[in-house]
Amino acid sequence: MNQFEEQGEIVRQEQLAPEIFRLTLTAPDIASNARPGQFVMVRTNPGYDPLLRRPLSIHQTIGNEQLQLMFKVVGKGTRMLAAMSPGQRLNLNGPLGHGFDLAGKQAICLVGGGMGIAPLYFLAKEILRTSKPPKCVVLLGARTAAEFGPLPRDFMDIGVKETHFATDDGSLGHHGFVAELLKHHLDPANNWTVCTCGPHPMMKAVVKECRGHGWQCQVSLETMMACGISACLGCAVPRGDLSGPYLHVCKDGPVFKAEEVAWL
Amino acid sequence: MNQPDMHITVGGVVFKNPVLTASGTFGYGKEFEPYVNLHHLGGVVVKGISLAPRRGNPPPRIVETAGGMLNAIGLENVGLDRFISEKIPYLKEIGTRVIVNILGDSLEEYQTLAQRLSEVEGISGLEVNISCPNVKKGGVAFGTDPAMAEAVTRAVCTHSTLPVIVKLSPNVTDISQIARAVEAGGAQAVSLINTLLGMAIDVKTRRPRLANVVGGLSGPAIKPIALRMVWQVAQAVKIPVIGIGGITTTEDALEFLLAGATAIEVGTANFVNPRASQDIVEGLARYLTDNKLSGISEVIGGLVVP
Ligand SMILES: Cc1cc2nc3c(=O)[nH]c(=O)nc-3n(C[C@H](O)[C@H](O)[C@H](O)COP(=O)(O)OP(=O)(O)OC[C@H]3O[C@@H](n4cnc5c(N)ncnc54)[C@H](O)[C@@H]3O)c2cc1C
Ligand SMILES: Cc1cc2nc3c(=O)[nH]c(=O)nc-3n(C[C@H](O)[C@H](O)[C@H](O)COP(=O)(O)O)c2cc1C
Ligand code: FES
Repeated sequence: MNQFEEQGEIVRQEQLAPEIFRLTLTAPDIASNARPGQFVMVRTNPGYDPLLRRPLSIHQTIGNEQLQLMFKVVGKGTRMLAAMSPGQRLNLNGPLGHGFDLAGKQAICLVGGGMGIAPLYFLAKEILRTSKPPKCVVLLGARTAAEFGPLPRDFMDIGVKETHFATDDGSLGHHGFVAELLKHHLDPANNWTVCTCGPHPMMKAVVKECRGHGWQCQVSLETMMACGISACLGCAVPRGDLSGPYLHVCKDGPVFKAEEVAWL
Repeated sequence: MNQPDMHITVGGVVFKNPVLTASGTFGYGKEFEPYVNLHHLGGVVVKGISLAPRRGNPPPRIVETAGGMLNAIGLENVGLDRFISEKIPYLKEIGTRVIVNILGDSLEEYQTLAQRLSEVEGISGLEVNISCPNVKKGGVAFGTDPAMAEAVTRAVCTHSTLPVIVKLSPNVTDISQIARAVEAGGAQAVSLINTLLGMAIDVKTRRPRLANVVGGLSGPAIKPIALRMVWQVAQAVKIPVIGIGGITTTEDALEFLLAGATAIEVGTANFVNPRASQDIVEGLARYLTDNKLSGISEVIGGLVVP
């Protein structure tokens, strides 16, 4: 098991949008072992409030030393994380869980909504790094254009040729849901593999669309987590056929084949 | 200076130090291998095992609360057969004592578990969960009634060659009474406390935060209650007491030892700091050295009530 606990040193804290931050830290053991779709457990407060670590996806690794987290402030833990500054140390452990599996795929579509975009950037980077990269389309959704921050540029800079946007208020791209973009932009002649991460209803719509076309779909799930390392059994989700033992998001996931899990 | 003597004895079994890990918070040991030198620990208590595999409760199963967490895992586990074939081979090699936590919903189930585990090599003792508040069947009934608690203890003890530790529920009026009943039933030790029954509500949706509605509270929030109960039970029984409940730091562990615990178990703290158990082992050794104490026995029961 290549897992490590590290005192990551913060090298950069950027505010990308009113409530969205990107934290860069030096954590060589985790960074050099991380795969797209994996996550870390972050101790946002060395004291007892909040008590539990917070799960955050790895947004990208930079070289073999650094990793980036991208997060939205939604409560106490993420607020404390947003208040941290360069030079400070942050205790985290990882890399945890199983990432995306895209070996041999020729046409890949990444669909991200809200903070679900975070792990997809790492994934896009990995896809395009290979000598003969497969076709790669990126579809991103948010409430409003400002929430994307610098991400549209970031995806372009790493060589993603086709990125489409959807916003709830129409301020960028399609006025509506990101899942609707699949219909508009994916040529059904291709055998797509779709990777998605974001709010549950969004992923559910993406899964449905993929099922209609017979496309493979990989989903990254979120649940409450106490340990992140398969010890507490708190992160249970039902299997696709609703029978048998529960799956555990921190160990069996967070990335699953869509048909492995139930879409209730 | 010589290394301080950290060893303790429970039910005739020698543990290299008094720091164990609490059932359900340390998986089957392997999960913590990247973070802890398992052989530095006094022992590992594994996730509760039942005769047949259990699916556990539907999600959501956990929720964070002030200084603690509620869980309603529902005793999900792989069952006895898979535990023996898949987990024991690894546990045998970790270089520390392995205690198997067992649970059942009938006297017969406890008996069978005790009997079968006594035949397995690599186990140093049984911890009998008579207290888990999560499962609608069983659990609660055994742990909250003195006669039932004594009966289940006797059932396990007469069917096992291993030392038997009975784990007590705090969800009772008088925990000392249950402890005495269990001692009369033949237990070699008691461990306490299991989680306290609690609840949390999402006011936006007006729904309970746990699918099971209620769950067990653990973590630093319960430490003062656990400490008080350990102190009371230590005075009520002659057998060793193992202290559990919110232990997160060396100082927490020392409090329980001073209150009369022979050993302690680290639970929820393993989630917060995966190295917590090992940190406490090292912290206790440092405390003994710094205070020029020759061994941990000079701490146990050392509470001074003026
Ligand atoms: C595998 C995984 C990867 C994640 N990756 C990211 C990421 O890259 N960026 C990001 O911004 N967020 C991510 N999240 C969600 C993130 O963990 C939560 O937003 C965070 O824990 C909230 O902590 P808090 O203390 O700020 O909020 P709290 O005060 O704890 O809660 C605020 C709100 O967030 C909800 N919440 C709390 N914990 C979780 C959780 N584990 N999952 C979902 N909702 C939760 C609560 O129900 C509540 O409504 C991820 C979650 C998982 C399980
Ligand atoms: C997620 C979780 C699962 C648990 N599972 C078990 C179990 O299977 N058997 C048991 O006897 N106790 C179980 N417990 C109780 C703990 O072993 C311990 O008694 C309790 O959490 C109090 O200690 P703490 O505050 O240090 O966590 C569990 C606790 C938690 C948090
Ligand atoms: S979060 Fe603890 S088992 Fe998955």
